[in-house]
Amino acid sequence: MYHKRGLWAIKAKNGGTFPKHEKKAAEAAPAEKPPKFYPADDVKKPLVNKRKARPTKLRASITPGTVLIILAGRFKGKRVVFLKQLTSGLLLVTGPFKINGVPLRRVNQSYVIATSTKVDISGVNVEKFDDKYFGKKVEKKKKKGEGEFFEAEKEEKNTLPQDKKDDQKTVDAALIASIEAVPDLKSYLGARFSLKAGMKPHELVF
Amino acid sequence: MPFKRYVEIGRVALVNYGKDYGKLVVIVDVIDQNRALVDAPDMVRGQMNFKRLTLTDIKIDIKRVPNKKTLVAALEAADVKNKWESSSWGRKLIVQKKRASLKDFDRFKIMLAKIKKAGVVRQELSKLKKETTC
Repeated sequence: MYHKRGLWAIKAKNGGTFPKHEKKAAEAAPAEKPPKFYPADDVKKPLVNKRKARPTKLRASITPGTVLIILAGRFKGKRVVFLKQLTSGLLLVTGPFKINGVPLRRVNQSYVIATSTKVDISGVNVEKFDDKYFGKKVEKKKKKGEGEFFEAEKEEKNTLPQDKKDDQKTVDAALIASIEAVPDLKSYLGARFSLKAGMKPHELVF
Repeated sequence: MPFKRYVEIGRVALVNYGKDYGKLVVIVDVIDQNRALVDAPDMVRGQMNFKRLTLTDIKIDIKRVPNKKTLVAALEAADVKNKWESSSWGRKLIVQKKRASLKDFDRFKIMLAKIKKAGVVRQELSKLKKETTC
């Protein structure tokens, strides 16, 4: 065992003896007073949980600029450009809106197929978008009334605020320029994906 | 009706089952009624059951169990690769491989090209039809 663990080599390297480090001087333990109250029943403390919440691990095939196929929801089948992953783990995605009607939107990684087609995304600034941008707007509480109250509510909810429309335009402007540089890519993004006869999903290469 | 492709030393065969599926190999020796010693430039020489092989039309000139260098030289001399890739069987396999590896964008581009071609053909056909009826 001595030879197997190479203890002879450690000894030789250290000049004949095993390397030692000095023990720390023992600190005087602070004097503890006995507690003045013992609870009647033993209450169990919850266990320590040191896990941190992290955004979902992004598949290696999904990089900024990848064309994704959305599989569920209102935009199912649409081919869409991936911009970045938000801190909640959802993917920030845009149509671009002019090409296929998909706005700046969040999408879950599980409901997406990543294709190997990439779009050049260097001219796009996506710093300002985060989960709060997409959250529901909190409305101030109004006093309960009837008649006028209901009509007023309906008018406010339907339109998108102008600054969101402008954000969409700025993001899309740079994207559309790089999309039009590749032939057929614009019509590709405008078309929906569907399985045709003879297509076997487990054999398809995306 | 009679057999045209024989198992003989130098017969090039296609592997149709197993780890080396799709490879072209050369029969280098016959072990017994069911097995052959088989060799290719990119694999270790080993035995294979005849049921795992499909014989091709190509045959090269080698002696029984040549060493790797001689085998590779003989394959080059007979130009097996080009003969295979220009044969209709070889071309079909290449097309199959290409189709299997198409990406989503490639499939889309092919669809556009097919539609365009069909449009051109239909135009010509309708021109011809007009001529014959009038």
